[in-house]
Amino acid sequence: MTEIHATGRSLPNRLDKPLKSAVLSWESLLVLVAVGIFILNSFASPYFLNAWSLSDLTFNFTEKALIALAMALLIISGEIDLSVAAIIALASTMMGLALQYGADTPTLVAVGVGVGILCGAFNGFLVTGLKLPSIVVTIGTMSLFRGIAFIVLGDQSFKGYPASFSWFGQGYVYWVISFELVLFLVCAVIYWVLLHRTNFGRRVFAIGNNDVAAQFSGVRVDRIKFILFCLTGLMSGIAAVLLTARLGSTRPSIAEGFELEAITMVVLGGVSILGGAGSIIGVVLAALIVGLVTFGLGLLNVPGIVMTIFTGSLLIVVIALPILFRMWRNRA
Amino acid sequence: MTDPILTLSGISKSFPGVRALHDVSLELYAGQVTALIGENGAGKSTLVKTMTGIYQPDAGEIRVGGKLVTLPTAHSASAVGITAIHQETVLFDELTVAENIYLGHAPTNRFGMIDWKTMRKEARETLDSMAAGIDPDIKLKELGIAKKHLVAVARALSVDAQVVIMDEPTAALSQKEIEELYVLIELLKADGKAILFISHKFDEIYRIADRFTVFRDGEQVGKGMIKETSQSQIVQLMVGRAVENIFPPRNAVIGDVVLEAKGLSHPTEFEDVSFTVRKGEILGFYGLVGAGRSEVMQAVFGMTQTSSGRLVLDGQAIAPQSAADAVEAGIVYVPEERGKQGVITGEPIFKNVSLPSLKKTSKNGFLRMAEEFDLARTYTERLDLRASSLSQNVSTLSGGNQQKVVIAKWLATLPKVIILDEPTKGIDIGSKAAVHEFMGELVAQGLSVIMVSSELPEVLGMSDRIVVMREGRVIDTLDNDGLKPETLVRLAAGIAEEQAA
Repeated sequence: MTEIHATGRSLPNRLDKPLKSAVLSWESLLVLVAVGIFILNSFASPYFLNAWSLSDLTFNFTEKALIALAMALLIISGEIDLSVAAIIALASTMMGLALQYGADTPTLVAVGVGVGILCGAFNGFLVTGLKLPSIVVTIGTMSLFRGIAFIVLGDQSFKGYPASFSWFGQGYVYWVISFELVLFLVCAVIYWVLLHRTNFGRRVFAIGNNDVAAQFSGVRVDRIKFILFCLTGLMSGIAAVLLTARLGSTRPSIAEGFELEAITMVVLGGVSILGGAGSIIGVVLAALIVGLVTFGLGLLNVPGIVMTIFTGSLLIVVIALPILFRMWRNRA
Repeated sequence: MTDPILTLSGISKSFPGVRALHDVSLELYAGQVTALIGENGAGKSTLVKTMTGIYQPDAGEIRVGGKLVTLPTAHSASAVGITAIHQETVLFDELTVAENIYLGHAPTNRFGMIDWKTMRKEARETLDSMAAGIDPDIKLKELGIAKKHLVAVARALSVDAQVVIMDEPTAALSQKEIEELYVLIELLKADGKAILFISHKFDEIYRIADRFTVFRDGEQVGKGMIKETSQSQIVQLMVGRAVENIFPPRNAVIGDVVLEAKGLSHPTEFEDVSFTVRKGEILGFYGLVGAGRSEVMQAVFGMTQTSSGRLVLDGQAIAPQSAADAVEAGIVYVPEERGKQGVITGEPIFKNVSLPSLKKTSKNGFLRMAEEFDLARTYTERLDLRASSLSQNVSTLSGGNQQKVVIAKWLATLPKVIILDEPTKGIDIGSKAAVHEFMGELVAQGLSVIMVSSELPEVLGMSDRIVVMREGRVIDTLDNDGLKPETLVRLAAGIAEEQAA
């Protein structure tokens, strides 16, 4: 009888050097791109290299980037949420409505965040409870949520938010460091830990790679997906508070196109649109790049409608690039 | 002696950290079946992928009919007349049988459109010539795995391939279906096709093959005529040593009942299924493919819900609503569909192993990589996993080694009951013996093992008791003491005693 316990061989943890793979990663490419655009911007406009100007730049992406953090986890798990901008519209509208009934600042924030979580939970229930595909569910709720905002507001707008509320979108923590930026950086760290350093994050990756095998491995797939939709709703609610506070008003068309920019950040950040791979550092860098580019174009007086062309093209290019790269490598 | 239709010579292929093929050669002759034999990881699948244009060899040449060819794509392989029928058939569920047969080479009319009428007619003729009894107009998903194989064979016939590769075609077939496949292979032989037949089962090889080629660790170690070679000679070539008794002796002490199932029913799959498994016992489940054995096991594992019945584990009633519940209770399941349900192929070995044990390796929900690597190393080494490192992606492992990853994953959770669904399906003799021996050790350590298997020698060689299922019902539960294989087959197939005699 052969002895199968004693093997004498010991499997090493890994073969490749961590340093080498870090240098050759997508993230280091993003750093190069960000630096390049930063230098281009400083040549393009004399107003760019200025503390306040750079501070303004951060407002260009923080709200969308907050959503992108949660969206990254959702896309890694193999799902998607297209309703995030509509959630902002509904949350903002509900905050405006609460304001009409005399709500104070803490209540307004609670309403905005609460509506966000509820919307996310609703998406999550439709996807995990009724087993509907998330892309269809969230296209539906995208119209639903914004539709409610339109019914409540019509062509009106809510104005007159208190100054203490406006601070969330306009206030500075120290010198040129805005509250929005600080909140984004704190959330980025939290999401980095959540995705890369916890059991929860590990299971998210497993689900994205193969949700059937993950389920067969004892992972509560539906529960985790539900939580991810709630997190995306939560971040949309927070973004609604910041945006509403920054603009000082609510219109039903608020935050239009945010979902595309958030998803662009996620995909540009190296998250696989098919799920199963990605990193928070990549998403943060991608958010910075999108912010730098749109701000740079703004400094050059490029109109907003042209910027959407840029965002759309960028999204297609970053989705196509890995595929083209693979085709090229297979041919070689 | 005629010249071979297909000649491979000096083929080498390496992957990062793994030398899959080294300077191998292979010849296939018209009208003959050549068996390709080797353990898991011997390089059989890699060779097939090289022959079908999926992998590009690092060195070596491929000649078809004496002419040097290169096969940069799967399409170029079929263009030179090489076609493959895979372990897990690659056909399209949502297309009709006729469309599957003619996909890529459908007959066209003068406008360049698909000539549906001719296509259906020819598909029907091909299927009828095989006596397949398949309607070419139904969707493929309505067919069972055996019939899907027949469609794959029909496809091979329709493309007029010179070389047909059959990669473990019998793995999912019942005995009767295997017999039908033999008839087809004879048909292909008579048609002058060269057939490469990959199988782990010696009875099949001796039944159908004319020649054999043996691979070991990516090298060709022997070839010859089947008729002139004994089984033990081939086994010796395969493993490089002699394999004695395949099944370990059962010497575990059998204790009290650990798991009891009472009257488990499912609206469509099974009805009134009851069984018990005791401490230190291997309970075999035998039946034909489709008897509902896997479905029962998946219900015990919480993956599907029963309509009635109950489960008692260690004296306590349990009702797992999910696999996570079952794992927490101490019941784990090694699924039959390794690639889809067993391993997460995009992830490295250690992440696969630690996934259900994250609670144990982590601290307050935060990952601790060192503990994960330790856990993965402990259990994969117990199973003699062959890999270059614990960070190697499981998709680069051979089937048998993937199975070891799945088993390691579950052993790490310290289960009470381990359910193995066709644990040695598609696994070579060497790994098979290792798995069997390991099962013996598990029960010796006080685990209870439930083994679903369609292989008679395995069921008879390993089980303490055997539950026979047919059409979703338990037909009988037998003590494995002087049982005859015929008895099991008779019960499973529902043949009356006098007819069987």
